[in-house]
Amino acid sequence: MEEKKIQVDIKVPNQTRYLSLIGKIGEDIANELYRYSGDRETLAYHINLVLTEAMANAIRHANASDPDKVVRVVIFFAADELVIQVHDSGQGFDINNIPTPNSENVLEDRGRGISLIRSLMDSVCYRSMADGNVLEMTKKLL
Amino acid sequence: MNLLTEKKNEVTIIFVREERLDAHNSGDLKAELAALFEGKEKNILVDLKDVRFIDSSGLGALVSGFKNAISHQGNLKLSGLQPQVKSMFELTRLHRVFEIFSSSEEALDTF
Repeated sequence: MEEKKIQVDIKVPNQTRYLSLIGKIGEDIANELYRYSGDRETLAYHINLVLTEAMANAIRHANASDPDKVVRVVIFFAADELVIQVHDSGQGFDINNIPTPNSENVLEDRGRGISLIRSLMDSVCYRSMADGNVLEMTKKLL
Repeated sequence: MNLLTEKKNEVTIIFVREERLDAHNSGDLKAELAALFEGKEKNILVDLKDVRFIDSSGLGALVSGFKNAISHQGNLKLSGLQPQVKSMFELTRLHRVFEIFSSSEEALDTF
């Protein structure tokens, strides 16, 4: 029997109060993965974290904290990969122009979000679309 | 955000009574730490035993507090980190910056 695969497509207001809700959905999906044999609790935390980081970036930077905008979150499976997309409708940012934490900038207040995402996911890209931008993060589940 | 502040000897302990320390509530902790150091507190312990989840904003609020401590010739230490929270400090190298203790009782002896 073919495994039934979860796909979610959610739109939430551009407000940080919804970070917890979306992160929890990510954790719940990690806990439902049919064939995952790794450390499920850690995977759940990591999915929660990358969703929280990506959504906070979309809310504050891409969407400029405009409460009338929305953030769209899509989570689906492609082959043996979990794909998480966070869409925004703002001007976007240059994902390649973000410094990696090192001993020199370890005491910066900000700037750890994208690098945390990069270290926890297998691939990350940010691209423009017709009606905004999407941050796409992929995790191999083998 | 739900913060419980206690003073023991010369140390102010802030218990972060939230499951999550993230971009929604970390600004409150950052402001509280800044206010305490501005108010001439020297020794602050942030106890995170109730915090199950921390993101980069939460880490940033604590880093901001740490820098405030340095500029006021004070100390900011941490206690009670749950394993996944501790892993975020390790991933961002911040475990090398903060003095981290398993419990507030253990930390209090080091000020």
